[in-house]
Amino acid sequence: MAAVTVAATPPQDQDRVARTRQKKPPTLRTVLVCAVAYLVALIFVLPYLEMIVTALRPQAELRDRDYFPHHLTFANFTNIWSTGLGTNLAVSLEVAVGSTVLVLLVAIPAAYYTSRRKFRGRGVFLILVLVTQMFQPTSLIVGIYQEFTNTVHVNSTLALILVNAGFNLAFAIWILNAYFGAIPKELEEAAMVDGTSRVGAMFRVIIPLALPGIVTALIFTFIAAWNEFITALTLTNTDSSEPLTVKMNSFIGQYSTDWQHLFAASVIATIPVIILFAFIEGKVVSGLTAGSVK
Amino acid sequence: MQETVDTPQAAPAPAAEPNRRAGAAAFRPSLARRARRALAPLPWLAPALALIAFVVLWPVWEMFQTSRQHINSYGFNLGDYGWKNYSTLFADPNLGSVMVRTVLWVFAIVAITVLISLGLAQLLNRGFPGRKLVRWALIAPWAASVMMTAIVFRWMLDPNNGVVNVFLHQIGVVHDYNGSQASWLGDPTAALWWMIAVAVFVSVPFTTYALLAGLTSIPADVYEAARMDGAGKWRTYRAITFPLLRPALLVAVLINLMNVFNSFPIIWTMTGGGPDYQTSTSTVYMYALKQFNIGESGALSVVNFGVVILIVLVFLRANRSALKEG
Repeated sequence: MAAVTVAATPPQDQDRVARTRQKKPPTLRTVLVCAVAYLVALIFVLPYLEMIVTALRPQAELRDRDYFPHHLTFANFTNIWSTGLGTNLAVSLEVAVGSTVLVLLVAIPAAYYTSRRKFRGRGVFLILVLVTQMFQPTSLIVGIYQEFTNTVHVNSTLALILVNAGFNLAFAIWILNAYFGAIPKELEEAAMVDGTSRVGAMFRVIIPLALPGIVTALIFTFIAAWNEFITALTLTNTDSSEPLTVKMNSFIGQYSTDWQHLFAASVIATIPVIILFAFIEGKVVSGLTAGSVK
Repeated sequence: MQETVDTPQAAPAPAAEPNRRAGAAAFRPSLARRARRALAPLPWLAPALALIAFVVLWPVWEMFQTSRQHINSYGFNLGDYGWKNYSTLFADPNLGSVMVRTVLWVFAIVAITVLISLGLAQLLNRGFPGRKLVRWALIAPWAASVMMTAIVFRWMLDPNNGVVNVFLHQIGVVHDYNGSQASWLGDPTAALWWMIAVAVFVSVPFTTYALLAGLTSIPADVYEAARMDGAGKWRTYRAITFPLLRPALLVAVLINLMNVFNSFPIIWTMTGGGPDYQTSTSTVYMYALKQFNIGESGALSVVNFGVVILIVLVFLRANRSALKEG
């Protein structure tokens, strides 16, 4: 039962205070810990720094054997729109926004109801949701391909919105369930006594209080749909319907891969996502592990 | 009131409600009322159920169908094929090496990831200046598209001017640019190890964070007690930290198993599974087969799906026991 109450408190983004904080002047040990930690940090951002550096390389210095170019140029970022990548960026945005809106529309009522009411089949429903998260589009890609090319005829953008929403639903339902569950029932009962309906209480009381959870679900779904690759690769077949990930994949392997523009595009596609992710970092683990790790 | 606030974890065990059930028996509600009660959740859950049915369950059915159909390379369905696609698959000369490679791929990545993450989680659990910055740096590979990370690594391994080769040339490991040694991704064995490294690189952040969450949930007084009993550092880790970390570790390992088994963009972007499928895992091989023999691809996806189901079952069990242990 202990785990239940632990998990019932919403995943807070408290900065975990280290257990062994030393008050003395920096010892050799602290210096050593710092050195290792900074080195690790550097290793993990290195590929993304290289991404930025390549995007800033002038054409003439692209193939130079050095770490940094002699000149920097922003031309790759401005020229990129003439390569048609703007269209693909728009598709990515459409898919990501569409999936996010759909996930929230579907997940909020389900998470609210399962957190408020005990009903027959509740456990089965939550497990079904959990299982969908584990399945991942990759393992079902042959089925997804057959469904959307032979049976269901919708344009690929809509298909991608549906698939991304379906496979990211679990995260949203589980994290919202935890947030909704932590809001005392008395609050909405008070609203309902005042004559508000259950739906009204959900909108006026519950949703505003669970806003951090909703924002987490929103950012997580947006990023997942934005980064998605295999379904998009499978379901799109024209240049203009491909999201950025697929378009970039078709760039490489060509005779003269346009690396600077490729990396300019990946900087545009990656850096905002990393920054967005930093906002929800503390809450993602509990959502992904369905609360079993806290 | 707090106790009645239910959580997802409690869901698997059907919540018994003796009071309510007894009340229901006493009143013997009419059939119509019972039906209404049973259907009450529907307006709230139906959209989610419909979406899951449409994009998750339907493909599962389509996948099984495909594995039993005779579909030629132009995509024409020539009707029922019995188990022929499966016999083609099991007679496929590539299958054996692809499966061995898949096992190596999964175990190497998960094992290395967990070892590195155990160390990193300990490191990040300490207080030191700039800790927040280090945590942020660790986010990058997690948030970025795996496919774009793989593209950068491919570029860094470029035989002509990739920074990895520039560095290895400077320290004297690589002698000639554009030589066979510098073409890391052209050699199946070297390519596989580089791709394993990239997969570890993108798996470590989540794993570290999951273990860190496990570490911070260990109450401080347990350590206090161990210290009073005079337990040393290593003994404390072995007797306290590691056992208490086990539920978190188990869940992190299972999620990693699933992700790594289904890993696709890294291999697809860096080598395409080639040369001659020599760097393909079963997921990548399934995708490659899809282009010219979708029936066999369907059979392989059913086999792969069996593995996925197995991991899911263990995951569900682990979740339940983690709940009890916690």
